[in-house]
Amino acid sequence: MIASTSSRTFTRSLLGCSSCASASGAVTRRTLLPPLPHLAISSTRLAIGGPHQTRSSSSSGPAGRPTVATSSFLSTTREAALHTPGLRWRDDESIHPPTKDPDGNIVLGSEPTFVEPSAEDLISVDQGGRETKKMNLYQAVRDAMAITLSKDSSSVVFGEDPMNLASCTEFSPPRCSERVFNTPLTEQGIAGFGIGLATMGKTAVAEIQFADYIFPAFDQIVNEAAKYRFRSGDQYNVGSLTFRSRESLSSRTACGNDSADSYFARLGYPSACMAVGHGGLYHSQSPEAYFLQAAGLKVVIPRSPIQAKGLLLSAIRDPNPVIFFEPKILYRSCVEQVPVSDYQLPLSSAEILQEGSDLTIVSYGPPLYTIEGALHLLANPSEDIQNLVPRDLRGLKVELIDLRTIMPYDIETVVNSVNKTGRCIVVHEAGKMGGVGSELAAEIQQRCFLRLEAPVQRVTGWDTPFGMIYEKMYLPDQVRVVSHGSRWEG
Amino acid sequence: MLSRASQGRVLASVARATPQAPRTAARRSDAGSEAASVSPSYTKASFSTSRSSHLFPLTHLSHSPVFLDKVASPDSSGVIPAFRLLDGQGHVLPEVPEEWKKQLEEVPEETWVKLYKSMMFLPALDTILASSQRQGRISFYSQLGAMVIQVNIKPLSRTYVVLAVTSYGEEGAVVGSAAAWSPTDEVFAQYREVGVLVWRDYPLSDLMAQVFSTVSDKASKGRQMPVHYGSPTHHFHTISSPLGTQIPQAAGAAYSLKLSPERKGDCVICYMGEGATSEGDFHAGFNMASVLGGPVVFFVRNNGFAISTPAAQQYKGDGIAARGPGYGIETVRVDGNDPLAVYLASKEARRRAVEGQNPVLVEAMSYRVGHHSTSDDSSAYRSTDDVSSIKKLDSPLFRLRSYLETRNLWSSELEEATKVEQRKSILRAYAGADKEKKPAWEEMFGGVYGDREDGGLERHLKEQKMEVKRLIGKWGQSDMWKKDLERHDGGIEAVKKW
Repeated sequence: MIASTSSRTFTRSLLGCSSCASASGAVTRRTLLPPLPHLAISSTRLAIGGPHQTRSSSSSGPAGRPTVATSSFLSTTREAALHTPGLRWRDDESIHPPTKDPDGNIVLGSEPTFVEPSAEDLISVDQGGRETKKMNLYQAVRDAMAITLSKDSSSVVFGEDPMNLASCTEFSPPRCSERVFNTPLTEQGIAGFGIGLATMGKTAVAEIQFADYIFPAFDQIVNEAAKYRFRSGDQYNVGSLTFRSRESLSSRTACGNDSADSYFARLGYPSACMAVGHGGLYHSQSPEAYFLQAAGLKVVIPRSPIQAKGLLLSAIRDPNPVIFFEPKILYRSCVEQVPVSDYQLPLSSAEILQEGSDLTIVSYGPPLYTIEGALHLLANPSEDIQNLVPRDLRGLKVELIDLRTIMPYDIETVVNSVNKTGRCIVVHEAGKMGGVGSELAAEIQQRCFLRLEAPVQRVTGWDTPFGMIYEKMYLPDQVRVVSHGSRWEG
Repeated sequence: MLSRASQGRVLASVARATPQAPRTAARRSDAGSEAASVSPSYTKASFSTSRSSHLFPLTHLSHSPVFLDKVASPDSSGVIPAFRLLDGQGHVLPEVPEEWKKQLEEVPEETWVKLYKSMMFLPALDTILASSQRQGRISFYSQLGAMVIQVNIKPLSRTYVVLAVTSYGEEGAVVGSAAAWSPTDEVFAQYREVGVLVWRDYPLSDLMAQVFSTVSDKASKGRQMPVHYGSPTHHFHTISSPLGTQIPQAAGAAYSLKLSPERKGDCVICYMGEGATSEGDFHAGFNMASVLGGPVVFFVRNNGFAISTPAAQQYKGDGIAARGPGYGIETVRVDGNDPLAVYLASKEARRRAVEGQNPVLVEAMSYRVGHHSTSDDSSAYRSTDDVSSIKKLDSPLFRLRSYLETRNLWSSELEEATKVEQRKSILRAYAGADKEKKPAWEEMFGGVYGDREDGGLERHLKEQKMEVKRLIGKWGQSDMWKKDLERHDGGIEAVKKW
């Protein structure tokens, strides 16, 4: 950690940074289970592929720059998947809210039982070890829904053409059509209907087709769902309600028939001419910040299939209404080995994807992959930009944090990191003003004031609607991240 | 407009001509013949007291004692008639078919008596609460001084703001329908339906606790404005201010009942005023309930006003009832000032909702005699003459009382005794609530989120609560804060223990 006094000169020392080698020295493969405490996660990640590691995979971008398809943040092996930090198994046959006696105490034996991962999980599958399966984010979400429907007999899944409908028969509970169904095309109706189900004790998973269309339901979500428990003196609640919404963060998938691999591989090319993003204004928005003020609500955004399944199962079982934004662009492009069992990942808990000591970058959802590519670019700038990226910055050791839960967010992890690095950039696709970055920046400056070496930077979308043809320059891409990463040297 | 004489026939033919879904075809044609069998000579229902008929939707309606099964939108010749059994004097109308007369007689006498007593209770409650509010807000002290001194209640300080949303004129619709529901039916209310709670014997102390936001306020722990009641014990979902939001919620709750075999036979009841039906949530809720099914009765109290907006500025169609068939929902319009008709219509609507596992719409035509709320003076937008004339002729209390007296179920002595008893119990509860402390300050942070696994508050709320503790530690003894702190349960000592 850099002491605050000496780090006043950090700007200069950054230029002379040559500690790249020591970064790789910090890479340790974690082989022992049970897993390390939550914040120690990153060692696993680094083991899979650190930021400075040059890749020669043909599916990577130029100079081996990682993309969504080749990201080191993804667990491509069973071992890595089973080591997912913070993962806890839910092995009980059925999941019900814990029973409470008249005094409000949880009846023994009815509380949820979590199982910590153990060394036995890693032994081969035929010997009783846990199984994993290759899934993209879409399949992981469906897997979580299937588990919910089969384990929780009071669960109901509905929306406008819920994507699970086609696979309804996979879920096999009797009278499935009554539990997975279409609704009329009315977002406020879907939200209100879900509240009604939840207040009667059903587990309601309501789908809003695109995050852009959540606004007609804003009243039901903010005035009703968020305040239901508080206003009724805890007598009623809608804790079993979850809104799933396709977060259309850079909704390039909206243009339809892209082959995921070839299409998304191109994402990593800062100089490539991006195919026209057809998302435009109403298939691209990231409305998470609108819900920051809705006390009583939780907002979650996963970055990968393992995260999607674990966080969605947590969201569905959380005793609060949760909005779960699924980054649409990752539905098919993002593939991992995902544990087949029922497991959960903690809410309100950020994850350190990569440890570093010079700079903290906080983000969530798809921009994490952009940042990964950008950091690679910073370390190994392509010829055309070599003169723009100071040589001294190439060894910049960045700590990358995935916020995962936007509300209530995990400020401790962020503060610990910024106190260590003295610098912070927040990256998100939504516009800057009143965005999540503003909230984080304010908290960071209040809590890390004496440690900060530079103003907190925000790399975000612009404060314009999401103009269709302008997507390339609207989004925080690799160049913009690199530009901010190197901002303090001159 | 067709003459009233021919209207019964027209409606009968309309009912027959309505496209029929196979599962309800038989039922509907029964109703058709029922309508046809009614004597078209029923014309005495007219009790127009109005100079400007658009202000009084009730009085320009024709009335028919027919329980309408499903009516199509009226053609240019008329409006949907309202089901009615009693005339303005409380006599059963001679045209009422024997079938309905029989049904009336089958209702236990205690039901009618309890219905009347519950209806009486509402104006008694309203008077006391509304006047206490007036007193707290403006010095309207002289008129009510006697009452206040009598129970030795300190003058209300400015912080006792009581918003008494009065139920004048709607006792018949609300209590009459409440009597028709099963005690375990789930009620989603707007905020003028305290009559349902009264019917369900909601403790008066709980009611006052909510209105006065005392430490005993289970319904909202002092977090919501007065009259936002709620009680899972009474299957009464907590009221919220945003209009119409309860409608799609009721649709979801109905669907939940449909999926729950252990709740077989139960129904969801959703109340709303005619103003709330202009909200988008009305459309969403009606359509979803109709498409997805589940037992729910939507009960619209059409009292002619949404604050200052008369019904004529709320909609141009034939009220709310005319919309029901558009959603494929069985609908009936009923005279909301006829508690007997409301009761039987609601009973029948509920039966159909539960048996068919689908929504049914009841529109009760009444008149909001009281002001919208204590923050409203309705004489600003309507004539007091209109109000007083309709008050006499259209009083559901008067009608039911006359009916009970003709059956020897009620008397002036009973009336007086009940009045005194009710007034006493209300004042007793009022005085009790007035003395109670407010909930502990802690409740401000409670219930925002459900329990964390560690039992504590979410991180940011914990921090903010500690900030309040710090502030109170420093400034708690100052004049600005001291009095307020003392009024809360545990006062400053409770805060210190956080």
